[in-house]
Amino acid sequence: MTAPLRNPHQDRWNFRLRLRLMWWVVVVLTVILLGRLAWLQIVAQRYYHTLAEANRISLVPTVPNRGLILDRNGVLLAENHYDYDLEINPRLCPEVTQTIDGLTALVTITSSDRKLFQKMRDETHGLAPVPIRTHLTEDEVARFSVNRYRFPGVDIEARLTRFYPQGTHASHLIGYIGRINEDDQDRLEDEDLSDQYRGTNHIGKLGIEGHYEQLLHGTPGFEQVETDAAGHGVRVLAHTPPVSGNDLYLTIDAHLQQVAEDAFGTNRGALVAIDPTTGEVLAFVSQPGFDPNLFVDGIDQEHWNDLNTSPDHPLNNRALRGQYPPGSTVKPFMALAALQLNIRTPEYTLADPGYFAFPGSTHHYRDWKEGGHGMVNMALSIIQSCDTYYYSLANEMGIDALHDFFIQFGFGQKSGIDLDGEASGLYPSTAWKKKKYHQDWYGGDTVISGIGQGFVLATPLQLAVATATLANGGRRMKPHLVKAIRNTENGRIDPVAPEVVQSISFRPQDLETLRLAMEGVMKPGGTASQAGAGAPYAIAGKTGTAQVVAVRQGEKYNAGALAERNRDHALFIAYAPTDHPRLAIAVLVENGGHGGATAAPIARQVFDYYLLGKVPAPIQPTRSPPADDVPLD
Amino acid sequence: MMFPSIKAWRKSWLAPLDPILLNTMTVLVLFSLIVLYSASGEEIGKVTSQLRNLALALTGMWLVARTHPQTLERLAFPLYGIALLALIGVALFGEVSHGARRWLHLGPVRLQPSELMKIALPLALAAFFEMRARTLNWRDFVIASLMLLLPVGLVLRQPDLGTALLIASSGFYVLYFAGLPWKVMAFLGGSVLAALPMIWPLLHGYQKKRILTFIDPTQDPLGAGYHTLQAMIAIGSGGVLGKGWLRGTQSHLDFLPEHTTDFIFAVFGEEFGLVGELVFLGALLILITRGFVIANEGSTPFSRLMAGALSMTLFTYTFVNMGMVSGILPVVGVPLPFLSYGGTSLVTLFISLGFLMSVHHHRKLVKH
Repeated sequence: MTAPLRNPHQDRWNFRLRLRLMWWVVVVLTVILLGRLAWLQIVAQRYYHTLAEANRISLVPTVPNRGLILDRNGVLLAENHYDYDLEINPRLCPEVTQTIDGLTALVTITSSDRKLFQKMRDETHGLAPVPIRTHLTEDEVARFSVNRYRFPGVDIEARLTRFYPQGTHASHLIGYIGRINEDDQDRLEDEDLSDQYRGTNHIGKLGIEGHYEQLLHGTPGFEQVETDAAGHGVRVLAHTPPVSGNDLYLTIDAHLQQVAEDAFGTNRGALVAIDPTTGEVLAFVSQPGFDPNLFVDGIDQEHWNDLNTSPDHPLNNRALRGQYPPGSTVKPFMALAALQLNIRTPEYTLADPGYFAFPGSTHHYRDWKEGGHGMVNMALSIIQSCDTYYYSLANEMGIDALHDFFIQFGFGQKSGIDLDGEASGLYPSTAWKKKKYHQDWYGGDTVISGIGQGFVLATPLQLAVATATLANGGRRMKPHLVKAIRNTENGRIDPVAPEVVQSISFRPQDLETLRLAMEGVMKPGGTASQAGAGAPYAIAGKTGTAQVVAVRQGEKYNAGALAERNRDHALFIAYAPTDHPRLAIAVLVENGGHGGATAAPIARQVFDYYLLGKVPAPIQPTRSPPADDVPLD
Repeated sequence: MMFPSIKAWRKSWLAPLDPILLNTMTVLVLFSLIVLYSASGEEIGKVTSQLRNLALALTGMWLVARTHPQTLERLAFPLYGIALLALIGVALFGEVSHGARRWLHLGPVRLQPSELMKIALPLALAAFFEMRARTLNWRDFVIASLMLLLPVGLVLRQPDLGTALLIASSGFYVLYFAGLPWKVMAFLGGSVLAALPMIWPLLHGYQKKRILTFIDPTQDPLGAGYHTLQAMIAIGSGGVLGKGWLRGTQSHLDFLPEHTTDFIFAVFGEEFGLVGELVFLGALLILITRGFVIANEGSTPFSRLMAGALSMTLFTYTFVNMGMVSGILPVVGVPLPFLSYGGTSLVTLFISLGFLMSVHHHRKLVKH
């Protein structure tokens, strides 16, 4: 079978036609291509230009230097030093787990480092660089730098980190900074402050660091950095410098603080020392303390458990948040109320049978001294701390009159000190009990309030404020911890002005009566005579004991028989020198027993140091910065 | 003339080199080296290495240009046979890499037979039609179609959709120029469109992903759509005049992937702008038009069909690559003629040009 022969001319003609058609197809497709390119490069040029610039230029925040915290004499309480972290950017690191395994050959990475990394990575949703190791040694920095090319997405971050050279000293007061957690993040967003924290990982959590966060933090600067696809900066295009945070000069005297802390020995408790004329807090002690340096980069589980489960509750700020029955330390205020309201004269004398009982009742409100104090006038009632005197006085005055009087000294309300989380204590009233418990007020409630028991609760800070108010002749100054704010940009120092909260007028002779009585406390025959012995200046004081467990009717308090943690708390308030008060102190020693025996000697050491310059031991910073504290560049 | 010996040398050695093709080519080559220097991050090593490839390619071109098309015609069937056997070899015991079976190990040599088939198929088809030219009928188109479908099917199975389509297109051009009936083409076009929804479930995951991200690259900006998006950013931000040589940020800061090979056009577009692209496309259009003119003058059906198919293949590579880089076609691994770095594609390209020159040179000298 043979096919018919084809016409070659016809075929050539066909071929030419097909070539021509195909050429037009080529032209049309080329035009489509050019149209697309023209659309990209003319119509959408601005859009893609913006995208290219966004690719290329990243705005890198430069973290401001956090302000320093110093004591009133310039002793550093919180400073910054350089620290090197190893960070992984999960977005740029393809195999995070393998990368970490590889890194272990160069730097030490513990399993808790890994856990912390995982936790933070989850919190940041893998969008931000997360440190796998903090505080690299210089050797580790060098080893990694040489091998950096092997680890995409891993980099060394040099940053200023917070350091607390005083270690556990004043820890409750200074507080600490810690990593910004999700709660902090939410709060910053609510307050529209997130921009201020670009590039910052830390925020003040507690104490001065927490309360003055906004002043200390500063304002971040920004660098426009040209970056390559791997996220490495190529060059800086523009730079807005950060504004450093303000330095804070505290009212605290670091040496006095240390003397006061040391005076506690192994005791738990609190001490607040205030300059009565200004409200400046010179010492603010809560024992035991903790090392705030542990919290800066996230505390590890081990230390956290130690702190959190310790029966001593070292994380509890007793001075600010501990609410204790003030016990007999309320007696000077009771006496002053009686004088002020003309219920008692100083000369009025009570025959003390050793107890108080309502007429027709067999219930005895016992005096601490079996058999009583005999004939007791106002001065003696304070010097010997006679309970019966105040049972009957309280009963006569009534709780509401007492409430109105006591709140003038700051009882039952926050002092307004510049720390967060202050407890308000409690001074009860009939209205309060009605509202809180829907119960009537009973006479017995009033009686025990007279010796600072029952519903009455006060923080050591409140006791110190009340004592300072007494020392200052009725002018209550707002307690404060910051003496001056130094603007680090222009060096200007703004002092914080003292603030009068309330002025109570007293008759001078009434104040004189109180002063003499409280001086008597420190003298032979007084409850704190031992602590007052040999002082070359006059101290006005009052001891107190607060029950931890109630002693039943007919039973006797026996310290030896009680477990240590159930023993009474020892309290002591005092100011000195009495002719021109410079320091008012409140001391609480948990389970310390009698105030005169354990609390008063602590106050005496503080007075001695402050008024006489007596130093029990040379003062040294307890911690030195880590060895790798070398400035960058 | 004064130097008859030189004239004689020119005549015998350079005569086959068509001046229009040669000059346009030279412009494009110079372009490519300038762009490559920038795209490689100002690394002169890449440029010198490409110059070596160029020397090889030019030699190949010159050798092919001197050779009579009929000599090449004789190579067609053996070459096709070898390529087909190699493809079968790949299917049976090829090396798997990146989830596809594309490579054949022959001792120390690693071969990708599908690359060879890109040349062998149009050669064989053109030779086949030359053989049947006198008595061409529909049966010959059936046989030719089988010759086409066999290797395409094998490559498709590897799986390598992009290369399969490129091989199919080069074969199709031969069929088209040989006179494939319009009705058949209309029917084929229609059935391909109709079959698209049925093909979808047969596609591999990565193929589906490519097509989906092609439809919307922003869907997966850090994954599969990243390449296209970054390329579009590069081209778009270049604007009409471009950012200037060595000043493209997208490639110099490594945002562009494959910026010396498949995506080099984005570097070019970013730095030279629409104006540069017009010049480049203009030069290519001159080459293709010249190829068509040469095809028209071809002395034998084989040379005519080959010249037409090679010109169209040149255009296809250009269009597919630029379409992919500018985001109107899905991502397929196709180098851009002239611009893309790489020896294989450069040598293939120049041999094609050499063939066009040979067809042109031997248009009247019919060898009997």
